[in-house]
Amino acid sequence: MTQAHEDPCAHCEEMMQPYLDHILTEAERLEAEGHLDECEWCRRRYRFEESLRIYVRQAVNEPMPAALKEKLAALRIPLN
Amino acid sequence: MAETTPDATRIAAEARDRVRFEEEALGLADQVYRVARHLAPSREEAEDLVQETYARAFRSWRSYTPGTNLRAWLLRILTNLNIDRGRRTQRAPQTTALEANDYYLYDKLAESDGADSDEDRVVERLSQDDIVTALSAVPHDFRDVIVLVDIGDFSYQDAANILDIPIGTVMSRLHRGRRILKRELAESVLEDAS
Repeated sequence: MTQAHEDPCAHCEEMMQPYLDHILTEAERLEAEGHLDECEWCRRRYRFEESLRIYVRQAVNEPMPAALKEKLAALRIPLN
Repeated sequence: MAETTPDATRIAAEARDRVRFEEEALGLADQVYRVARHLAPSREEAEDLVQETYARAFRSWRSYTPGTNLRAWLLRILTNLNIDRGRRTQRAPQTTALEANDYYLYDKLAESDGADSDEDRVVERLSQDDIVTALSAVPHDFRDVIVLVDIGDFSYQDAANILDIPIGTVMSRLHRGRRILKRELAESVLEDAS
């Protein structure tokens, strides 16, 4: 079912994004997890990717200026 | 009497629907702004874009189908306005040269950190500015998808509808875009260190 890869870590690297996006097939997911179980080197890099995604989301979160909110409300079309 | 009442009822019902639409749309403004902020090149342009989007949405509220995803509907207007603003003219076909593999950023950070380090600590070496700057350096086509999916929490399908591109293109741009982002981050961190 699963074919052997010449460089399993390189293959695992290719599977990282789809793995974290939950879009691998069941067979691919098991293959990735099988490798991760025995490879701390890849496991670290997967964990880093997860932390990075959360970190990026927090870092770019910029609250809307209050003045803009008022301007938007003023754009409403008055009732006749 | 029989002539005016149905009309008055219809007008009242429409007014009620419009007010509901406006309130619902305004309730999403924070989320719309959060995405717009990184689709547009600057904070000022993001604010303009959000205002234009709401002005247009309030005018054409009848074309929104109640019960469908209003946030996606608003973002579709916003994305089209952003494209109309001529941002496409700056787009350069930057491709593979910018990319690296998925482990690249971690390797660079861990390498300059010396010993094996905790992943959570490694990520903290990136400053908020590093991330905002790196994101803005990602070419538009890729950045749009990252911003919608990874920051705006839109599904691939919603992102495909908003950008009017096939879902397969969303996925490939997302994967390549994240690599480009990590490459940019690695470069900014290495510059800081030198």
